[in-house]
Amino acid sequence: MVMKLRTAGYFFKQAGISLWRNFWMSLAAVASVAISMFLLGAFLLLVFNVNYIAASLQSNVEIAVFLQVDTPRQAAYQVRDQVMAMPGVTEVTLVPKEVGLKQLSQQFGGEEELLGATGGVNPLPDYLRVRVADPETIHEVARAIASLPGVEKVNYGQEVVDRLFAVVRWLRWLGAGIILVLGLGALFLIIITIRLTVYSRRREINIMKYVGATDWFIRWPFFLEGLFLGLVGSGCAALAIYAGYSLLLTRAGAALVFIPLLNDRVLLLNSVLSLVAGGALVGALGSLLSIRRFLKV
Amino acid sequence: MSLIQFYNVTKVYQPHITALDDISVKIDKGEFVFLVGPSGAGKTTFIRLLFREEVPTRGQILIGGRSIARLKRREVPFLRRNIGIVFQDFRLLPEWTVFENVAFALRVIEVSPREIKPRVEKALERVGLSNRARMFPHQLSGGEQQRAAIARAIVNNPRILVADEPTGNLDPATSREIMKLLEEINYQGTTVIMATHAWDIVNSMRKRVIALQQGRLVRDDREGAYGYEA
Ligand SMILES: Nc1ncnc2c1ncn2[C@@H]1O[C@H](COP(=O)(O)OP(=O)(O)OP(=O)(O)O)[C@@H](O)[C@H]1O
Ligand SMILES: [Mg+2]
Repeated sequence: MVMKLRTAGYFFKQAGISLWRNFWMSLAAVASVAISMFLLGAFLLLVFNVNYIAASLQSNVEIAVFLQVDTPRQAAYQVRDQVMAMPGVTEVTLVPKEVGLKQLSQQFGGEEELLGATGGVNPLPDYLRVRVADPETIHEVARAIASLPGVEKVNYGQEVVDRLFAVVRWLRWLGAGIILVLGLGALFLIIITIRLTVYSRRREINIMKYVGATDWFIRWPFFLEGLFLGLVGSGCAALAIYAGYSLLLTRAGAALVFIPLLNDRVLLLNSVLSLVAGGALVGALGSLLSIRRFLKV
Repeated sequence: MSLIQFYNVTKVYQPHITALDDISVKIDKGEFVFLVGPSGAGKTTFIRLLFREEVPTRGQILIGGRSIARLKRREVPFLRRNIGIVFQDFRLLPEWTVFENVAFALRVIEVSPREIKPRVEKALERVGLSNRARMFPHQLSGGEQQRAAIARAIVNNPRILVADEPTGNLDPATSREIMKLLEEINYQGTTVIMATHAWDIVNSMRKRVIALQQGRLVRDDREGAYGYEA
């Protein structure tokens, strides 16, 4: 495994010659690695982001408690106080139906028209906005509130959050599957490329074995060739991912205000670096697999 | 102690071709040995076992006192650096000059570049090819190609030279020249083991003859002749 400095030049030269000789094959292998590593990177960032969105949503989930439409205001205050007294609840705001109607009309248009459509009667109930200290306890708090008299319905964003987390889990599996297939494809192309070289050099290899060259001496040039294919491919992918995501952050940041994109340079850099490492691994593995059979003499 | 020792060596190729059957033989340092026998007798198998292209199914092979069946995979190259190998079909690399072909054998065992040139020149001188160093194999006669191959086999000064029908592709006159070369190499101390069908060569040289037949050792003469009509 040890490469003497003086032979290192020889190995690099051999690897270079092979890459040049099989130029188109090498290019295909590089492209294949680049595509699969690019998709891997895109998936990684997607998963990170959905995860991030889910987490940030979770931390400001509110419980919306809708009271029965005919609840007297006095009873509404009572419910509010009861909720306030529950453990884990940090903040309760009573939103009277008049305020609710105002908010609705600000979003969707004139108050009179809304009232006109319902025959002059405010169709909204009073409702309470409840915040809890720990998002984990939101299930229990919501259930407890739902059992209070005068409460019609309890809504809380946890369902959305849960669904998001489910999406993340699902994305992970899907991503892993796609990347496995693409990665195998890239590995396969690298193996074919190196095999071509090995095949065109089989007589050299044969003689090397007979005159007593070590296995690693024989392997090194092919190993370097595979490593190079993997590194160049994944390097391209890493650059594209890095540039693309940076662009997305600056350009689309304004357009996508409602989706908070994860702006974490360290994470981005780590993802990009692991892509490069992944490409190198695929390349090295491919070359070792291709030469194995030919070393048996 | 003999340089090469075979103890009850049997080689069975899958599924059940017994290429060598219970061979026990000793070869001393500096000997010249012919390996003869009809086609399929096991000559090539014997040679392959020597440089550990194959391992014996049963029995022991010692070279310089070391069991070569027990060598670890990474030790095999170092065994081979002590054994020069010559084939019937020369196995020169056609896109390289004679010099490069011979130098290749040193370069791949990481001999320092400064040493390579003088050693290659010396080897080419020994086989009488000094003036062909810059030529490509296809520019050489068969005999000259085999000389180049021999130069490659001896450039690392191996203790043993094995040759599997080295004259098989050559005419009688050229064969005799190659034999003279091998004999010279032998005189300079290298143990030579040569498998051959060429009974006239064997008869004229009066060297030790080990005869195989269907994998069995049928004869081992100190100054032998081929022994059967070819
Ligand atoms: N790799 C192999 N797999 C299976 N059988 C083999 C293998 N190599 C040789 N044999 C068999 O072993 C026997 C001995 O073969 P070997 O090549 O040693 O004979 P040989 O004496 O060199 O013959 P020749 O004079 O024709 O070269 C033959 O029957 C051959 O078919
Ligand atoms: Mg043979």
